[in-house]
Amino acid sequence: MNPNIVEIDNLSFGYKGRMLHQGINMVFPRGKVVAIMGGSGSGKTTLLRLIGGQIKPSKGEVRVDGQVVHKQSREGVYKLRRKMGMLFQHGALFTDLSVFENVAFPMREHTDLPESMIRDLVLMKLNAVGLRGAYKMMPTELSGGMARRVAVARAIALDPSIIMYDEPFAGLDPISMGVVCDLIRTLNDALGATSIIVTHDVEETFRFADYIYFVADGVVAAEGTPEDLRNSDLPFVHQFVFGEKDGPVAFHYAADDYGRTMLGTDT
Amino acid sequence: MIKSAILIALVRGLRSIGHQSIKGVWRFGAGMRLFWLTLISSGESFRRFHLTIREIYFTGVMSLIIILVSAFFVGMVLGLQGYHTLQRYGSSEAIGVLVALALVRELGPVVTALLFAGRAGTAITAEIGLMKATEQLSAMEMMAVSPISRVIAPRFWAGVIAMPILAILFSMVGILGGYLLAVPVIGVDAGAFWSQMQANVDWRHDILNGVIKSFVFGVACTMIALFEGYDAPPTAEGVSRATTRTVVTSSLAVLGLDFILTSFMLNV
Ligand SMILES: Nc1ncnc2c1ncn2[C@@H]1O[C@H](COP(=O)(O)OP(=O)(O)O)[C@@H](O)[C@H]1O
Ligand SMILES: [Mg+2]
Repeated sequence: MNPNIVEIDNLSFGYKGRMLHQGINMVFPRGKVVAIMGGSGSGKTTLLRLIGGQIKPSKGEVRVDGQVVHKQSREGVYKLRRKMGMLFQHGALFTDLSVFENVAFPMREHTDLPESMIRDLVLMKLNAVGLRGAYKMMPTELSGGMARRVAVARAIALDPSIIMYDEPFAGLDPISMGVVCDLIRTLNDALGATSIIVTHDVEETFRFADYIYFVADGVVAAEGTPEDLRNSDLPFVHQFVFGEKDGPVAFHYAADDYGRTMLGTDT
Repeated sequence: MIKSAILIALVRGLRSIGHQSIKGVWRFGAGMRLFWLTLISSGESFRRFHLTIREIYFTGVMSLIIILVSAFFVGMVLGLQGYHTLQRYGSSEAIGVLVALALVRELGPVVTALLFAGRAGTAITAEIGLMKATEQLSAMEMMAVSPISRVIAPRFWAGVIAMPILAILFSMVGILGGYLLAVPVIGVDAGAFWSQMQANVDWRHDILNGVIKSFVFGVACTMIALFEGYDAPPTAEGVSRATTRTVVTSSLAVLGLDFILTSFMLNV
């Protein structure tokens, strides 16, 4: 069996002419927790969408379980997606369904399990994220951290072999952050899954990830275990890890000469 | 100098007309594409009919109160206006026919559709638009569930089923309103009111045609509401604009389609 469940090979992608990724190479070994880090707008979310087959690369390919995602038929992509669970940046819970029904949703759609079995499974998943007591609540009644955890329960409803988390820590208080952090590790090991975490929280990530990729300017700027990276003397990694504002990563979006823009002589 | 200014204004005007037309054609095409995708993804809406029932409840029941109250007033106004004109020719018993025909053939389907667009259509657009803005549709896709067959199609069929029922209720309550005005208030003979109506309202040419109209309006209004929501830019502003567009486009579509359908039905 291929030791890597997801492989990204020389991948390029851009929206409307502006290239976002320019030749990205990554591998995600089975059973590991791998983090993708990079500044806002560096295309991390887009990378997850490429893995999920929601958009097609302009060059290169993504392979999931050895199959090239963008070459699959619609049914093929759907079949691959059933192996994936994804936590969206803002949870994306279905607002018209209760917590229970949100977690039950993938089961009802993809299995013919009897109601009693669905009930047991849903409560088990909710228990795993510590929210069994909230099964009757509606998504609007949950706090940010709780909603995130319900979304995790929904993402693991069908025991996926790949779990993708898009900024799971964004906007959480330190306690919820720790909870979610432990949760990711526990779920990964309990389910025997592979976790892909997109984030820019350096500290948390360095604490629990097995391997880390840094994305900048459309390429993998650095990679390694947390150990390697902490000791790395690459200026980029140094800047990111220690949150320095001066360094190779520019604060400004690529723009014309300031003076020319002010004078209105550029078009 | 002035000449060139006029020329520039003219070119700009032409350009914006062209731009708007292209956008209109493009949106029409995109809407038709969604319509087609909805039709071929409709299996689940019927296999798991409870999904559709739930939406019928939301769209239909939501619009029920406003439609029934409006129908009652429309019926009474028809009664008043009809009586006012008919009595001059000494045929005020024909008021039942007039009220019934006006409602069953025109006002029932048309006013119901306009109210439906304002009440249920806007709600559908806002709901779908928000589902898109909060990534719920994306999340569904990632769970290997097609939003078109799970979200769009059940709402479409719910609208298509609810509209004729609402239009029939509208006509019934409207006739009741006309009756209450003509018979107890004005004093028209109740027997004449009903028997004339029964004799002159044709099952196929009046009632069936009315139902066909409201079915077509149901398809148009629901599809427009769904498309506007599905196509809305995923921002608060985008969704609110889409909601407005739903009302405007649906109203124009209903009135335009009514003209086309009526001219076919009257065979002129
Ligand atoms: N649907 C889209 N159409 C056009 N541009 C987009 C779209 N989605 C994202 N982008 C752009 O792509 C860039 C990267 O987005 P994203 O992958 O969300 O970054 P990240 O998750 O790393 O913050 C951003 O500059 C964003 O504006
Ligand atoms: Mg992002």
